[in-house]
Amino acid sequence: MSTELPVLSAKDFASDQDVRWCPGCGDYSILAQMKNVLASMGKKQEETVFISGIGCSSRFPYYMNTYGLHSIHGRAPAFATGLKSTRPELDVWVITGDGDALSIGGNHFIHLIRRNVDLNIILFNNSIYGLTKGQYSPTSKVGTKTKSTPMGSIDQPLNPLSVAIAAEASFVARSVDSNVKHLRTTLQRASEHRGTSFVEVYQNCNIFNDGVWDYAKAKATKDESTVELEHGKPLIYAKGNKGIRLNGFAPETVDLDGKIAQDDLLFHDEKLESPQLAYLLSRMRHPEFPEPIGVFRAVDRPTYDSQINAQVDFAREKNSRGDLKTLFNSGDTWTV
Amino acid sequence: MTSSAELFPPTKKPAESVSGVTVRLAGDSGDGMQLLGTQLTNTSALSGNDVATFPDFPAEIRAPRGTRAGVSGFQVQFSAEEIFTPGDGVDTLVCMNPAALITNIGDLRRGGILIVNSDGFGAKDLKLAKLDSNPLEDGTIEGFRTIKVPMTTMTRGAVEPTGLSVKFADRCKNFFAMGLVFWLYGRDVEPTLRFIENKFSGKPDIAEANRLALMAGWNYGETTENFASTFLVPAADLEQGVYKNVMGNQALAWGLIAAAELSGKELFLGSYPITPASDILHELSKHKNFGVRTFQAEDEIAAVCSAVGAALGGSMAITTSSGPGIALKGEGIGLGLILELPFLIIDVQRGGPSTGLPTKTEQSDLLMVMHGRNGDSPLPVIAAQSPADCFNVAIEAWKIATKYMTPVFILSDGYIANGSEPWKIPDVDALEKIEINHPGPRAEDDPPFMPYSRDENLARPWALPGTPGLMHRVGGLEKQDGTGNVSYDPDNHQYMVETRAKKVELVAESIGDAEVFGKSRGTLVLSWGGTYGACRTAVKTALADGVEVGHVHLRWINPFPANLENLLGQYDNVLIPELNTGQLRLLIKDKFLTNAIGLNKIKGKPFHVSEIVGKIKELSNG
Ligand SMILES: Cc1ncc(C[n+]2csc(CCOP(=O)(O)OP(=O)(O)O)c2C)c(N)n1
Ligand code: SF4
Ligand SMILES: [Mg+2]
Repeated sequence: MSTELPVLSAKDFASDQDVRWCPGCGDYSILAQMKNVLASMGKKQEETVFISGIGCSSRFPYYMNTYGLHSIHGRAPAFATGLKSTRPELDVWVITGDGDALSIGGNHFIHLIRRNVDLNIILFNNSIYGLTKGQYSPTSKVGTKTKSTPMGSIDQPLNPLSVAIAAEASFVARSVDSNVKHLRTTLQRASEHRGTSFVEVYQNCNIFNDGVWDYAKAKATKDESTVELEHGKPLIYAKGNKGIRLNGFAPETVDLDGKIAQDDLLFHDEKLESPQLAYLLSRMRHPEFPEPIGVFRAVDRPTYDSQINAQVDFAREKNSRGDLKTLFNSGDTWTV
Repeated sequence: MTSSAELFPPTKKPAESVSGVTVRLAGDSGDGMQLLGTQLTNTSALSGNDVATFPDFPAEIRAPRGTRAGVSGFQVQFSAEEIFTPGDGVDTLVCMNPAALITNIGDLRRGGILIVNSDGFGAKDLKLAKLDSNPLEDGTIEGFRTIKVPMTTMTRGAVEPTGLSVKFADRCKNFFAMGLVFWLYGRDVEPTLRFIENKFSGKPDIAEANRLALMAGWNYGETTENFASTFLVPAADLEQGVYKNVMGNQALAWGLIAAAELSGKELFLGSYPITPASDILHELSKHKNFGVRTFQAEDEIAAVCSAVGAALGGSMAITTSSGPGIALKGEGIGLGLILELPFLIIDVQRGGPSTGLPTKTEQSDLLMVMHGRNGDSPLPVIAAQSPADCFNVAIEAWKIATKYMTPVFILSDGYIANGSEPWKIPDVDALEKIEINHPGPRAEDDPPFMPYSRDENLARPWALPGTPGLMHRVGGLEKQDGTGNVSYDPDNHQYMVETRAKKVELVAESIGDAEVFGKSRGTLVLSWGGTYGACRTAVKTALADGVEVGHVHLRWINPFPANLENLLGQYDNVLIPELNTGQLRLLIKDKFLTNAIGLNKIKGKPFHVSEIVGKIKELSNG
């Protein structure tokens, strides 16, 4: 066998299956960037596992030349927890949709995050149920008219990042399907983080919810309506013309017309132990605020998989390796 | 130190030899009846008796003191003969209060011994038990040999030297009762003294108080004129070997650990707490040094899904629950089935439907585990027949799961889970290894890997993530045989549904034939699961009375043993006793068009042997 490791290209991560998303769907871009990131990070096909639920987005594993499990609606986090707890050396990715993660799978979603299993969750947020042909989802804005809400939806949506932060997330980020460079960097950061990395990707469903994220995607508006987070840097956007400042506990937008010093702006710190800043940033929504994209929070916390395995190691050190004869003959026995 | 023989001198009263006795201990849930029962069981087992137990817990954790709802019971039969049940009629009933007496007296046989704590029958106690008159005085106890013992007073007197407060002194009452029962049956106190030593090692005064109470109870028996004699139950003629008393859930956990070791696997349990299955989770979590990983999931859905994830990774994966949790797991089990991955689903049944009777036993989940999933989705099902049998069932189930690459259901029930019996410790070196093969790596120019190719058992390869060249994607969508790729082809779907069903049928080749106990003509008693003991004892009894009757007990219910149809044809009647409305009967009728007759009890309680004997005789006379 040659000792030289073959260098894989993005193409090597493509499976032989035809991709079946609608032409123009935002999922294509996420798929392409994922292949790029895995290749550039030198990941191995056989050590990578994609686990998804059900939805358009959840078809993703079929298109990757890695191990994959297209599971059942909402439960991908649980399959991933079982796999990663027993095979911690594998690189595990959970692919999910807004309905998959936040409706039927809401419970598993928060518990995966609080346990901090070392894997990455990529939530394809198109604010709609794509696969079931266009019902509103838990991230659809109030008043969204769909097949199941002809008079407009009436329930308050969830904010995926706020939910993740409240669930004690150690890594939280947001990106946009069409912002390929940003998406690539964000996926790479998620992969590098030890613990559960949660990434919300604004994804366009051009069939059932076309344009929901236009403000964050369109050339004309995206600079005004998004702010890119950088660790240790002030929140500046609109090509350097605007910034975010704290007024008491609340953020406010300010014009950088020379009267305001950069030092007075809100500085991003993704490593803060306290989740307050990350939460505050997650509450900045369009159109009142530019929406932050990038890494909101990246802190170090013990992972579930390393600890469940550490307990096994510890038990073996302390009580020596299990032995059936010793076990069976423990306690009171008698001889006939 | 004085020896225990000096402190607990053997009786000078005459000892009457009996072949077996059934004792029931009943009191408030705070009275320590389960502890008393466990100790009596242990010492009886250690003295060589065959034993069988039946604890009966109240539904509430701390029901109000002294009420009927708070009564906790423990029944044990110990015998010089091989026994299969904790006994029908109670020979000796110990009652700590009126609530215990009124709820249990009905099971004491006429002329049986009733030992009561007479200090527990004050006006307040009667009121708590909702009694207008004192059962010790109103005729309730007529026809029994009642021995009224002022246990509270005597225990307080006995433990006085330790200086413990009355509150703590009163907690030693169960040891007084234990001393008296141990004396009555000439039981060895040594194991209990050891238990006290260990349990209260940090609290010497409490240890001493319990020892004093135990001694006072023993001496009371010797000095009181209420007992003219004691009873002696000689050792049973069990197969030679080293024995241990095991409860069903413990035996199941140990069987799972053994199966993992025998197959060179590490065990993963995904579970969510539920009565009466939780003790499997508790037991397994103690044995991490065997490589056991236990995951207490956020719900039963996550529990089964985590097990499927672990199975995908190559672990021996298990999920445990009871009826309500199994209902939640349906979709996840269906995915495991179509993925054709091996793992075990354990259902420790309890009374249903819905939350039902959590602490009571029933066999009413059979049809759910057989059919309770969407689509045509058969799975192998094995049911444990007794506490000790749980050990074997775990190993057998894992053998089948890995040989045929399929999830396997194990059924137990509350009666087996919490009941106990002697278990002959197996010779570990003689246990058969379970061989599992995973396909190895492939190079680029090898032919493509086929994740849904099949061997002679229709099993597909168990390819593990991490293996170079075997990358593949699986999921819940129908897949093409061979490649495993998503397929909507109509003929392929029919083929796959039929192939998955055929695989389960093939399991019959591995499970052996059903065996007949007793006669091969007349009436056949056909049973499954935890009713084994009552049915076997009933058939023995009826045979001794000259009735033509045989017994077939099913461990595998899906598939049925290959010879079952022939066996059924040999009898005039087929009687199926079940703790449900007739679920096995439905399956048997459907499969074999046999006109089986049901004996169905749905009271949250196991069968009495006499109920089955009665039905057998009715049929054979009819
Ligand atoms: C148990 C169950 N309930 C319902 C469905 C139907 N279903 C499939 S996908 C889906 C919603 C998908 O929405 P989302 O997660 O946002 O994914 P998208 O298609 O938008 O990518 C639903 C309701 C199902 N497959 N399983
Ligand atoms: S329906 Fe929407 S989300 Fe689904 S594939 Fe088509 S465009 Fe994409
Ligand atoms: Mg969606």
